[in-house]
Amino acid sequence: MSAATFRIWRGERGDGRFEDYPTTVSEGMVVLDAVHRIQSEQANDLACRWNCKAGKCGSCSAEINGKPRLMCMTRLNELDLAKPVTIEPMRAFPHVRDLVTDVSWNFRVKQKIQPFTPCAPQAADGTWRMQQRDVDRVQEFRKCIECFLCQDVCHVLRDHNRHDSFVGPRFLVHVAALEMHPLDTADRMAELREADGIGYCNITKCCTTVCPEGIAITDNAIIPLKERVVDRFYDPLKALVRLMRRETRDERRETS
Amino acid sequence: MADVETFEHDVLVIGAGGAGLRAAIEAAAGGVRVGVVCKSLLGKAHTVMAEGGVAAALGNVDDRDNWRVHFADTMRGGQYLNNWRMAEIHAKEAPARVNELEAWGAVFDRTPDGRILQRNFGGHRYPRLAHVGDRTGLEMIRTLQDHAVHLGIDVHMEVTVIALLTDGNRVCGAVAYDREHGRFRLFHARAVILATGGVGRAFSVTSNSWEYTADGQMLAYNAGAALQDMEFVQFHPTGMVWPLSVRGLLVTEAVRGEGGVLRNSEGRRFMFDDIPENYRSQTADTPEEGWRYVQGDKNARRPPELLTRDHVARCIMREVRAGRGSPHGGVYLDIAWIREKLPNAAEHIRKKLPSMYHQFKQLADIDITSEPMEIGPTTHYMMGGIRVDGDTQMTTLPGLFAAGECAAGLHGANRLGGNSLSDLLVFGKRAGEHAAQFAQRHDAGRVDAGEVDRVARAALAPFDRVAGGEGPYDIQRDLQVMMQDLVGIVRREDEMRGALDGLAALARRVSAVGVAGNREYNPGWHTAMDLPNLMAVSEAITRAALERRESRGGHFRDDYPDKDPAFAGCNIVLTKGTDGAMQLVRQPIPPLPAELQQAIEEQKA
Repeated sequence: MSAATFRIWRGERGDGRFEDYPTTVSEGMVVLDAVHRIQSEQANDLACRWNCKAGKCGSCSAEINGKPRLMCMTRLNELDLAKPVTIEPMRAFPHVRDLVTDVSWNFRVKQKIQPFTPCAPQAADGTWRMQQRDVDRVQEFRKCIECFLCQDVCHVLRDHNRHDSFVGPRFLVHVAALEMHPLDTADRMAELREADGIGYCNITKCCTTVCPEGIAITDNAIIPLKERVVDRFYDPLKALVRLMRRETRDERRETS
Repeated sequence: MADVETFEHDVLVIGAGGAGLRAAIEAAAGGVRVGVVCKSLLGKAHTVMAEGGVAAALGNVDDRDNWRVHFADTMRGGQYLNNWRMAEIHAKEAPARVNELEAWGAVFDRTPDGRILQRNFGGHRYPRLAHVGDRTGLEMIRTLQDHAVHLGIDVHMEVTVIALLTDGNRVCGAVAYDREHGRFRLFHARAVILATGGVGRAFSVTSNSWEYTADGQMLAYNAGAALQDMEFVQFHPTGMVWPLSVRGLLVTEAVRGEGGVLRNSEGRRFMFDDIPENYRSQTADTPEEGWRYVQGDKNARRPPELLTRDHVARCIMREVRAGRGSPHGGVYLDIAWIREKLPNAAEHIRKKLPSMYHQFKQLADIDITSEPMEIGPTTHYMMGGIRVDGDTQMTTLPGLFAAGECAAGLHGANRLGGNSLSDLLVFGKRAGEHAAQFAQRHDAGRVDAGEVDRVARAALAPFDRVAGGEGPYDIQRDLQVMMQDLVGIVRREDEMRGALDGLAALARRVSAVGVAGNREYNPGWHTAMDLPNLMAVSEAITRAALERRESRGGHFRDDYPDKDPAFAGCNIVLTKGTDGAMQLVRQPIPPLPAELQQAIEEQKA
């Protein structure tokens, strides 16, 4: 047992301040344990979200010493306990109370994305066939626990408040999982460019850095999607090729 | 009351885990207006924690598997106290429910020929669990969630239901509060489906999160519906024991399905020391045979680590009590040993058990590819719950349905791993279908405004006792510790009598609980409101456990260590008496039809 101080953001609807809570800590504790101890012993009404306590549900997202992290997966022994540990709510979403923010925007965004649209079953018994190597990438994206830490750290949302025109890394990963699903037949290229605002992402990779599931968000999801969009709408080389093809065709027609 | 907002739905689904979402999808398909209430955010319910897989006799890995084998396995695992009609429906319909998830975008691990891969699990004769590494529950809930949000279903996030409303002998709605503002909501509905999950928070060592406070069981009980099998609590054999802060956190059975073995402090594989008679013919004689089984050798029999959960949990307790436990009061679970058998073992373990690797690495500084884990039993699942009709999932209260963990029947005295995820799908669908039909055939009942007012007033009472009232967390902790000590894995008459006395003392404290702060997102208040359900379910578990003077499945009595034929053919059914006291009766189980009996006999060979 040793002592540590937790400097926790308290308040409602953006109106708040840090308050210091000294408490005892023991081996193996994570930040969420400390928050629970403070909640049970000193501040019964301290608001925070949590569920699984095992990094699987993505509920306890917060900013710990300024970094977006899951409270349940942040061990105290990796923090400097000589100084107060600051715990704040995610700053890219409207504040509700203490460590709780209003993340409902994320749920509304997902609803607008074209859902999974499978091809007809390939086998006589009405089931599909997929090879493991063809689903590995999609399974990486489907590991996402919707903690929204990537949304929190994304400067397009956090600093520029583009919630109306950019869906954020979480939903680009979601679109990538759908687009790269071997059975999916929908075409989301136009919505990626327009409604999803993929062009806003300038691949600073902050989202990848904070992902607790270790999903290579930028490299494996966003960049390939950007390439597909560019291929479809902007590629000058392809435009040239298209143009040349037309010209060769015309020449052939002339010579024939 | 001024601050009660009213919502109208044809079907109200309470709970948004696998069962609730599957029910909502089916009800919406039935053409009725559906509302779903989630206690947390959408997609965070406990289904997300399910790791190992969903049991369905697809026969993709071993074509000897079919519904008859799955049925017989489920009945044997449940010690024949199961609602056999549910076990039959479950075994027959699970494959279609799993394939349907694929149509909605789920991506299960694959066999070499591109079909859904299946793995071994305790009590299942053949590899039967469709899975995605060890994050199957996440895949399932996300698939259902992403499908459901496009069906025009109204989702009420972070809303907790505190009472059901009845009109004569039927349900007609529910009263709830929202966490964010602390305001009350009245849901007026023609049919209500309970899918609220378990009761794990009644115990101190549990794999369950804060949400699992027996809400559905007690909403049903208080509204007049019957409960059954409440003595059967599943203590999962493998929870983390160290560090203390993660004590109880689940370690998936898939570790054993992939070849993990249990050892005591002397290095002995103690599971070979006690193999129940009815499983002997299906259990390996040697470690070598057990390894061949997990490697897919169809001529080998399963290792004793894959016996049913009730038995494995008791064997672990036996080792710990005999002084052969690990330093922190558990035993060792070792998957790293497969290095001796596989050249690329570390990579294989990380691929098959990624979240276990992650969990131990991050929370306990243990690398499971090179060191054994320390594990011990943890309160995991409630086999008992709301008594339902096997075909329709309607409770004994017309218009009220229940599915998933909060309903009883499928699992009998002990649930097999993997049968929960399939339970959610099969009976979630059925509940949704029949609730929609009920809603179409019946008008909305009449809501008693006075009752709504009484419920809201009682919920606010803790605010009147801020000064001098006791905080809710201390009471909850004392209840959990008492239940773990006195009504846990090993039970005795005198200790359980003590628990009833303890509950009476705690009830006085609950009635004096006080909360500080205001109604906006106040977890102290929420915890205070959860206490009555936790108290009532603790009483139900204790009374049922006292009544069953034998040991069977998840219920083990030190003073009656054997099975008693007198209890073999009955469920203990609980209802709320007119005087408010808990009534218990032994309800005989109807005899098995010949065809189902034959399916069981076939598998005894």
